[in-house]
Amino acid sequence: MRVMAQMAMVMNLDKCIGCHTCSVTCKQAWTNRTGVEYVWFNNVETRPGQGYPRRYEDQERWRGGWELNKKGRLALKAGGRFKKLITIFANPVLPSLDDYYEPWTYDYETLTNAPLQEHTPVARPKSLITGKDMKISWSANWDDDLGGSSEHGEKDVLLNQVSEKIKLEFEQTFMFYLPRICEHCLNPSCAASCPSGAIYKREEDGIVLVDQDKCRGWRMCVTGCPYKKVYFNHRTGKAEKCTFCFPRVEVGLPTVCSETCVGRLRYIGLVLYDADKVLEAASTPDDKDLYEAQRGVFLDPDDPQVIAEAEKADIPRDWIEAAQRSPIHALINTFKVALPLHPEYRTMPMVWYIPPLSPVVDAVRDTGRDAEDHGNLFAAVDALRIPVDYLAQLFTAGDPAPVDAVLRRLAAMRAYMRDINLGREPDASIPESVGMGEEQMYDMYRLLALAKYDERYVIPAAHAEQAHSLEELATECSLDYEGGPGMGGSGPFGETSGGAAPIAVENFHALRDRQTSDTPAAPTGKETRVNLLNWDGKGSPPGLFPPGNGDGPGSPDSGGEVEPRP
Amino acid sequence: MTASQQHLTLAVESGTGGILLWVALPYVSLAVFVLGHVWRYRYDKFGWTTRSSQLYERRLLRIGSPLFHFGILFVLLGHIGGLLIPESWTHAVGISEHTYHVLAVVVGTIAGVCTVGGLVILIYRRRTVGPVFSATTRNDKAMYLSLAVTIGLGLAATVAANIVGGGYNYRETISPWFRSLFYLQPDPDLMTGVPVLFQLHALSALLLFAAWPFTRLVHMLTAPLGYLTRPYIVYRSRDTQLGSRAPHRGWERIR
Repeated sequence: MRVMAQMAMVMNLDKCIGCHTCSVTCKQAWTNRTGVEYVWFNNVETRPGQGYPRRYEDQERWRGGWELNKKGRLALKAGGRFKKLITIFANPVLPSLDDYYEPWTYDYETLTNAPLQEHTPVARPKSLITGKDMKISWSANWDDDLGGSSEHGEKDVLLNQVSEKIKLEFEQTFMFYLPRICEHCLNPSCAASCPSGAIYKREEDGIVLVDQDKCRGWRMCVTGCPYKKVYFNHRTGKAEKCTFCFPRVEVGLPTVCSETCVGRLRYIGLVLYDADKVLEAASTPDDKDLYEAQRGVFLDPDDPQVIAEAEKADIPRDWIEAAQRSPIHALINTFKVALPLHPEYRTMPMVWYIPPLSPVVDAVRDTGRDAEDHGNLFAAVDALRIPVDYLAQLFTAGDPAPVDAVLRRLAAMRAYMRDINLGREPDASIPESVGMGEEQMYDMYRLLALAKYDERYVIPAAHAEQAHSLEELATECSLDYEGGPGMGGSGPFGETSGGAAPIAVENFHALRDRQTSDTPAAPTGKETRVNLLNWDGKGSPPGLFPPGNGDGPGSPDSGGEVEPRP
Repeated sequence: MTASQQHLTLAVESGTGGILLWVALPYVSLAVFVLGHVWRYRYDKFGWTTRSSQLYERRLLRIGSPLFHFGILFVLLGHIGGLLIPESWTHAVGISEHTYHVLAVVVGTIAGVCTVGGLVILIYRRRTVGPVFSATTRNDKAMYLSLAVTIGLGLAATVAANIVGGGYNYRETISPWFRSLFYLQPDPDLMTGVPVLFQLHALSALLLFAAWPFTRLVHMLTAPLGYLTRPYIVYRSRDTQLGSRAPHRGWERIR
């Protein structure tokens, strides 16, 4: 047994209202720079729908993830090492910008510069790729809320895998939202695809990162990731991906997407797993067994033997305790309501989902029956094959049984809790019918409905004695927008060449600039800045008086505070 | 042996110019090549990339890029064979001058045509496809020019010597000169009698090597051959560097 800790997330899809706050705040924090305009580390897709990039789930086309080869061994679907190197000069299955969208801005200047005229001036859309006028025809959420319509729903990859009858009835059935981030897989095919070895999985918390100094822009990772969550920065020529907000997680804060989630549907916590079993589990012959196989890789953090092994593996005590309190462990293993997204890609994804019960509830309510009654709900779960089959395509490689079980558990919780809320005698037979105890059912309700911040996010801080230097981040920093403090302008070799300025140095310069500037904003004339707060009255700082002749009071060589101390 | 005697007589006439061109320049460009790469690797690891433009356009790239890259790899192999391996060695394994020559010209011409064809497609693409052109820096343009001139001169020299002329045995002049640079006994006299196209090709290549570390061509030096041997999944620990310190002695975990 080789115990490793993995930072993981669960999202409760019943609660997602599709507000895109997670996407927007993530973009503000991480990808508001040139070259990554089209990059959404977090996006929210309408399901059924095409997703982002369009039809990314069509692995016969995009060749992402792993597959079992003829010998039954795990192999990259897009081809092994040799094939990767042979096709390195032009990746045959790289999505083009058309599969995402062409980013644009508006010519806002016209609005203020236009001469007086009869018609209101218009800010034309300008392509951020060519700089020319463009016609906007697609964007990141172009089919938002339209997923079930005949125009967009038909293009859903999963719909083509369920039967013809379902396809026809589909638009009358249901729609839900699917927020997606990088899965931080246990068996990441992006890392396996990287010729340079720049993508790595952190030993401590399992976060998958791109070393920006080692990435050479061979773009095989974009193909390798079946979720298409590695993006190519077309200005710097480097791959970028969701970082699980590691600078925040390292100090015990949840990711930006979780922190700002309006529906509070995200849970973050640790999972302990047996690294020796990952390959075997990922090589499970039948796609439909992959969900159970992956659950088999996880270890019970309360098992004394696991604790002993974890301590041997140098996992700190407070991390083990955090793993015991982990909402992820509870949702995946104790309550068994969370399911992995597309386990059939065999990457062992670590962002799991609680499938939505709402389509079933809505269908029951529409018939005029009691949508809180477990009998009605159970019958509906059995009868409504369409949402269940579709959810099974998403979460269990097409096997409806686990989805059925989860939905029944959620329905039972709904019915059981109604009795309690209405002050009626709780019916113990309801939890029993889904194989749970009354107390366990209430705990699940607590975690799904009431859990506060510190219950939803159980994130042990990184240990300083083994910390990645928080000072010198290996990946991009949100200050690196153009002209921002992280940039220092373009180097001689194109966009953002030159070493990233260490943050300590940046802080020093920023502090010095602020201390030595006359105005709080946009200081001009740097050479004449003076800092009276730091002036101790001895001599005269340069810039305090207009330059005189010779060694007058304004002479730069005179005493006083010359170099402010930050 | 008449050819080499002829060159020896010409060698007497080489003077300061010859030394500058065939001794000083090669060493300067070699030094810039090596030190430049060291400096760039230390200063600008983040800028060390292919800066692929495949995201913008892929139809032309899928033809042009492999054509050019595989072509230039064969050209590179040919140059290693022609410049570094002495004529006496190929004689010793029984390859006659004629066989070598025919082989070199045939393979070299095919590889050269592929390279030039690929380069033409790539330059055409770079100029005509809007997004690709707007992502082209001045540095790129200078690099493309210098690369195209070098490759063009090389192909022209081969074609001129073998098709127009009766063939030229560079392995008696250019190759010994090239090797002499590495013995630290440079012999500029060997180069003074060489046909002018070969001379220009060598000079432009030397200039290209000097510019190499400062262009996107650096990606060649990090060709990911290590991929063939490393394990698929890379695990890395958070570094213990700045802002953290090792636990004090006496606090090691008891196993």
